[in-house]
Amino acid sequence: MTAAISIRNVKKSYGSLEVLKGVDLTIHRGEFFGLLGPNGAGKSTLINIIAGLAHADSGDVSVLGHHVVDDYRQARRALGVVPQELVFDAFFSVREVLQIQSGYFGLGKENSEWIDELLDALALTEKANTNMRALSGGMKRRVLIAQALVHKPEVVILDEPTAGVDVELRKLLWNFVVQLNQEGHTIVLTTHYLEEAEKLCDRIAILNHGEVVALDTRAALLQSEICNKMHLVIKTAEEVVTLPQQLAPSVRKMVKQIDGRTIRLELYKDKDAIVDVLNAIAAVDIQVVDLETERADLEDVFVELTRKRASE
Amino acid sequence: MINRGFYTLFYKETLRFYKVAFQTILAPIITTLLYFMVFSHVLEGRVMVFEEISYTSFLIPGLVMMTIIQNAFANSSSSLIQSKVTGNIVFVLLTPLSYVEFYLAFMLAAVVRGIVVGVGVFLVAICFVSVPVHSFLFLLLFAVLGSAILGTLGIIAGIWAEKFDQLAGFQNFVIMPLSFLSGVFYSIHSLPPFWQFVSHLNPFFYMIDGFRYGFFGVSDTSPWISLAIMVVAFSGLASFAIKLLKQGYRLRH
Repeated sequence: MTAAISIRNVKKSYGSLEVLKGVDLTIHRGEFFGLLGPNGAGKSTLINIIAGLAHADSGDVSVLGHHVVDDYRQARRALGVVPQELVFDAFFSVREVLQIQSGYFGLGKENSEWIDELLDALALTEKANTNMRALSGGMKRRVLIAQALVHKPEVVILDEPTAGVDVELRKLLWNFVVQLNQEGHTIVLTTHYLEEAEKLCDRIAILNHGEVVALDTRAALLQSEICNKMHLVIKTAEEVVTLPQQLAPSVRKMVKQIDGRTIRLELYKDKDAIVDVLNAIAAVDIQVVDLETERADLEDVFVELTRKRASE
Repeated sequence: MINRGFYTLFYKETLRFYKVAFQTILAPIITTLLYFMVFSHVLEGRVMVFEEISYTSFLIPGLVMMTIIQNAFANSSSSLIQSKVTGNIVFVLLTPLSYVEFYLAFMLAAVVRGIVVGVGVFLVAICFVSVPVHSFLFLLLFAVLGSAILGTLGIIAGIWAEKFDQLAGFQNFVIMPLSFLSGVFYSIHSLPPFWQFVSHLNPFFYMIDGFRYGFFGVSDTSPWISLAIMVVAFSGLASFAIKLLKQGYRLRH
């Protein structure tokens, strides 16, 4: 089956700055794919190359088998991109913006029904005839999403779609995007909200310094050796104000937070044993009444991977 | 069959200036009419350029053409720089439109604006003085070619400029002097030989002169030469603009 997006050895430099150092990625059809990475990792450059907004120095990118340079018309028809910046055309109303965008893709009145559906799904119907300038930031963001979907693309890229968006709107957007994915659209998401990626994405790639440093399913990433961190939360019988001097230094280093009767520790699965930690705590007369372990989340994986590379 | 994508971009570009018609159509008509009233009042009866043609009549074709070319340039250049600076150019760049369609849509919208404003100036001016029409075909050819050339120059300037300041520089230091010194207000035969020679190097001179031929049947230089120069200029500039768009120069990084 043709990949939704195929990226082969893509390199891109701006002057002496190597932004992408030979990226290889295959995004499957129907996937909800997360593209994560710290600022400056090369995510936006990669998205711009997929969308034809930037040219790769070398390598090949295709969308549904259509090369983004040689067969750009078909590639762009297959792709909808929600840009990161809140850009809009101040001359037009919401409906005009969508009709114009639809027209660029060769669609006329026959697409009006779909435009109405989009307006309804994104709670924009009441603002359909309002000029773009008069909309709030959240509404402008929704119009951007509608613009990206107006030609019914099979592959949709959302570049930081929830940046600066309030909780209610985020919920609305995610419900809508999940529904699109369930209807068969391939979704590629970049976000700074890692819990969103963890909740939504089937597979995740982490990009750092222009390289893919991790690419796996969400579950595999969370269980992988990449992150062997775990959190141990201990409830004590009495309030702990400061840690006793006698507490073993190795355990003292693990303590991340003390809050009344709760001590939060960070352990490494490969070298720290919970039993040893509990024994050390018991040795300084702190009585443990309850304990709980928390698995690593995507944020831990992300921090670990990007930290590792930075220190290399 | 007209490609709908191209037609939509063309429609959007014309709708854009129509929505601010006060600024894009009415204001240049008023400005040009002020030139017309002041110059005709001061120079009528004192200057005779062509035999049996009053100075006020002589002035009209030049002013109409100057308005056409300045507005054609303003349309494509301002639309592009605004879209680039605000970032909404991305909505066009993400579409399957080809670079030729992109060029044609912006250029033709500039032609429409130039001619709409030119016709506006002409219609108001002939309320004050009559002007003969020697060849409607020449009028149309020069109006369309002149606005197409300036519309194309506007596209090139809009692609090149990264700030409004740069575009204003192009407009004030290139377009304005060339259009003012192209024989709008005088015949170049009234100039000393050196300045006549310099005027012949100004491509805008041929636009004004050929356009004036369409009204009066007389001109400073052969209208066929003017037409040939304009066709060559248009072909060269159009090829250059299309090349820039194909490369994605300052548009696709």
